Amino acid sequence: MCTVRRSWYVNMINIAIFLSLFALGFFVGRYKEARHFSDLQKRETALAYITTSNIKHAPDGMNNSVFVSGNVVVSIDYYKRILAALRGIFGGQIKSYTSLVERARREAVLRMKEQAEDFGMHHISNLKLETASVYKNSQSSLGSIEIFAYGTALK
Amino acid sequence: MRDIEITNLETLPGKTITQHLGMVQGNTVRAKHVGRDIMAGFKNIVGGELRGYTELLTESRDQSIDRMVDEARGLGANAILNVRFSTSSISAGASELYVYGTAVVVR
Repeated sequence: MCTVRRSWYVNMINIAIFLSLFALGFFVGRYKEARHFSDLQKRETALAYITTSNIKHAPDGMNNSVFVSGNVVVSIDYYKRILAALRGIFGGQIKSYTSLVERARREAVLRMKEQAEDFGMHHISNLKLETASVYKNSQSSLGSIEIFAYGTALK
Repeated sequence: MRDIEITNLETLPGKTITQHLGMVQGNTVRAKHVGRDIMAGFKNIVGGELRGYTELLTESRDQSIDRMVDEARGLGANAILNVRFSTSSISAGASELYVYGTAVVVR
C-alpha cells in the first residue's frame, strides 16, 4: 500500500517537472528567439556595406587581405525539442530546427563581418559555412549545433 | 596578426607565388568541461547560445591554426593558401578540429 502511494507521488512530481520545463521552454525560448531575430536584423543592416561572395578569387584592385572567421554554438529549447520529437513520428519539416539553424548561421556570418570591420575591410571572398553537431551525448539525439563561417576579407 | 599570412583563396592578392612547399596541417581534439556542461544543461531548457562551448571551440580552432602555422614556418613558408577547416564529433563529448592548407613562399 505504502509503495503504491509513493510511486503515485513520484509520478505526479515527474509530470509537474515536465510541464514546467515545457512551459519554461515555450515562454523563455520564444522571447529569446524574437529578441535575437530583431538584434540580427539591426546588426545586418549596419554591416550591409561589407559584401560577401563565395568566389575563390579576389576582385580586381583589392590588395590587402586578412583571414576572418566567426562561430556560434546553439542549443534548442525544451518545448521545441518535444515538438521535434513529435514531428519524428509523422515526418515533414521541423520548423523549430529550421529557425534555430537559420539564427545561428546569421549570427556566425555577422561575427565574421564584425571582425572584417575591425580590420577596415569591405569585402569578403570565398565565404564558407560549416555546420557540425558537437558534443552530442548518448541521452539526447541532438547535441548542440556549431556553425562556423570563414572567409578572406579584402580591401 | 601572424607573421605567416593565411587565406582561403587560391592566391594572395597583390603577391606572386614563387615556391610551393606542400600541404601543412594542424589538429586538436578537445573534450568538454564539466562546469560548462552544467550551464549547457540549463541552456538546453531555454535554448540559445552556449557561450562556453563557442569559446571552447574558438580556442581549439586557434590552437590547430597555430600548429599548422608552426609547421609552415618550419618549412620556410611565409603564407598558407586555400585553408580549409573540418570539425568532427569523434566520441560523446569530444570534438576534433582539423585545419589544412598549402604552404607557399610569396613575394
